[in-house]
Amino acid sequence: MIDLLAGFIQELRRAGLPVSLTEDLDAMEAIKHVPLEDREAFKYALAATLVKSAAHWKAFETVFEVYFSMRGREYAIGDAEVDGELQELMDQLQPGGADEGGTGADGGGAMEALTAEELADMLYRAMLHADEAMMRAVARQAVKRFAGMEPGRPVGGTYYLYRTLRNLDLDGVVERMMESAREQAGGELTPLEERLERDEAEIRSTQIKQEVEAEIRRRLVADRGVDAMARTLRKPLPEDVDFMHASREEMTNLKKALQPLTRKLAVRLARKRRHGRKGSLDFRSTVRHSLSYGGVPAEPKFKYPRPAKPEIFVVADISGSVAAFARFTLQLVYAISGQFSKVRAFVFIDGLDEVTSFFEGEEDINQAVHRVNTEADVVWVDGHSDYGHALEVFRERYGHDVGPRTTVLLLGDARNNYHASQSWIVKELRHKARHVYWLNPEPRSYWDTGDSIVGEYATHCDGVYECRNLRQLERFVEVLA
Amino acid sequence: MAFRFDSVPAVRSSLADVHYLSDEGIAGVVYLADRLQKPILVEGPAGTGKTQLAKSVAEMTGSRLIRLQCYEGLDESKALYEWNYKKQLLRIQTERNTGAGNEQADGTWKELSDDIFSDEFLLTRPLLEAIRAPDPVVLLIDEVDRVEVETEALLLEILSDYQVSIPELGTIAATQIPMVFLTSNNTRELSEALKRRCLFLHIDYPDLDREKEIVLTKVEGVSEHLADQIARIVRSIRTIELKKSPSVSETLDWARTLVLLGIETIDAQQATETLHILLKYKTDIAKATKELATAGAK
Repeated sequence: MIDLLAGFIQELRRAGLPVSLTEDLDAMEAIKHVPLEDREAFKYALAATLVKSAAHWKAFETVFEVYFSMRGREYAIGDAEVDGELQELMDQLQPGGADEGGTGADGGGAMEALTAEELADMLYRAMLHADEAMMRAVARQAVKRFAGMEPGRPVGGTYYLYRTLRNLDLDGVVERMMESAREQAGGELTPLEERLERDEAEIRSTQIKQEVEAEIRRRLVADRGVDAMARTLRKPLPEDVDFMHASREEMTNLKKALQPLTRKLAVRLARKRRHGRKGSLDFRSTVRHSLSYGGVPAEPKFKYPRPAKPEIFVVADISGSVAAFARFTLQLVYAISGQFSKVRAFVFIDGLDEVTSFFEGEEDINQAVHRVNTEADVVWVDGHSDYGHALEVFRERYGHDVGPRTTVLLLGDARNNYHASQSWIVKELRHKARHVYWLNPEPRSYWDTGDSIVGEYATHCDGVYECRNLRQLERFVEVLA
Repeated sequence: MAFRFDSVPAVRSSLADVHYLSDEGIAGVVYLADRLQKPILVEGPAGTGKTQLAKSVAEMTGSRLIRLQCYEGLDESKALYEWNYKKQLLRIQTERNTGAGNEQADGTWKELSDDIFSDEFLLTRPLLEAIRAPDPVVLLIDEVDRVEVETEALLLEILSDYQVSIPELGTIAATQIPMVFLTSNNTRELSEALKRRCLFLHIDYPDLDREKEIVLTKVEGVSEHLADQIARIVRSIRTIELKKSPSVSETLDWARTLVLLGIETIDAQQATETLHILLKYKTDIAKATKELATAGAK
């Protein structure tokens, strides 16, 4: 057991979770107190001692599934048992389900005898009654039948998942459930009811998907071994996901991670502003407090300093690959806009447009970002990045607004498609503005390769930062305010 | 050392007895905290019953609840202990008055200083009180993320060793190990040192069945059918991207309103008319109204 747990913790650390030695010991201690055969309790005992942040829960769960997937009676892998289990459930269903007609009527027949239609029907019924055991059994049967898994085949789990789900036609089942709900209501559903029913159906279909995924994972682990599987499944934590190469799922996770992050950042900045700096003596307050010491000013009181808030100009490249990065930065800057006296946003590809108005009066930042992407006039000639021209336009139209309190943020990979760099504009900006920073979403090793000319701009900036993930972005914003 | 609970299911059922509906995770962590004698750090969205958990555990075990509400600027003198300066001053004053002209004034100095730094002049604050209490107590340190990082260090000694060191008196160890709950709204990352000393429990919005159960137990006069509908609508609203998703307490408020209005089956119009109880932002309400009116087809 100790070996297994040690391996498990090793894997957690490799996945990026900070697990300290004391936590390790706590986990060992904790599992002494829970019954080992209770999988859920075991899992929570480990989670409570090892995972100290909600954002890491998902990573923990994946590793847990891999390490402890096959330990437990109901998770036995034998195909015969998969069939037997489903058969048992069907037999239980028979008395009540007879009106459904024919499904597996010959109680003795093996599951192999079931046709695809019959399996689909089972699935439908399982989902309709939200019968979890049944859903699990159907999912396992489906994997066995449709995924076509063979030992030693070097194919990823997603491929099997796709094959299984294609055959199950979950969307169709959802539709069938909706129809049955309509029938039950005796005619049409109101939009509200329709929505609620659909939510329910969707959630059950997600459950099936998860069951299928879990089953595929179990089989893969059985085939390839725990360590190999853990390695393939290892995913970066949301804060470490690269902006430029995020998959769609990772993108959604990123968005989710962004919100609490901005809140934290705002609180931290507000605090930093108020504390850590001593103001001048507050005479009135000191005298007032001295009264409780009999008129002796034993406790000097100080005024809170109110330092001026910086003004931020964000100039962002929103072409193709760097668009996601620009979006996150804009979102982040606007979410903490209370920390700045003024925020103005400009976006460009080869032309440049001010988008500040999209954000003002719009409470929903996502909506504003959407408008930026659709409405801003950023294309000048061909829609390929041209930093030189964009900077020219910026200087011409907005250059005079840049003052000594302004901080200018330039966002982009500086891949200029071999146009003129016009880096003198950055130099000029730096003279006028308080600071000019450049944030580059590319890894540092790619800088100044190919058509990237970030080095040319860098000489005129106060700082150039690599900003590939939320962690780096967060660190930079803290420096900024 | 006698443990408070026998098993996880026992925790769960006794929590249910005091009208707190837990799930496997919550009950499991509470049970473990008792066994390992470790504090629990409870994290999660606002209004999911973090503080209530501590209260319910106190009620369930028949302990006294000692609560320390954290805020910015909380310091030692408000969290741990403080010397009662005024009383000490008075004591010195009396000494001077009665002992005026006394030849042995020098000899009494040590006596006096021993005297004014004794129990009598100590004002206990929540943390020290929890340690010194002879009866079983539950200590709740609420919204621990509001204190500064430096102040967190104050808590470390008490959390890991259940003791408080007072320079003038020495170390005061706990007479009995209290159950400790820390809650956090996650407005900032807590320090590693603090997290390491705690068991971590994340309480999220409850799932459909649990929310329905909560509505049924907490709201009087609500029918099974209505509770089911409420839980489903709330779940549906939580899937929409909102500024602030409805919390459990808001669900309960909404349920009470609907019961008061005598509504048995919610239709779309009634739902939108009472949405302002569930949602607190104008934009959120507008968005939810629009979403609920559409059938949600993809």
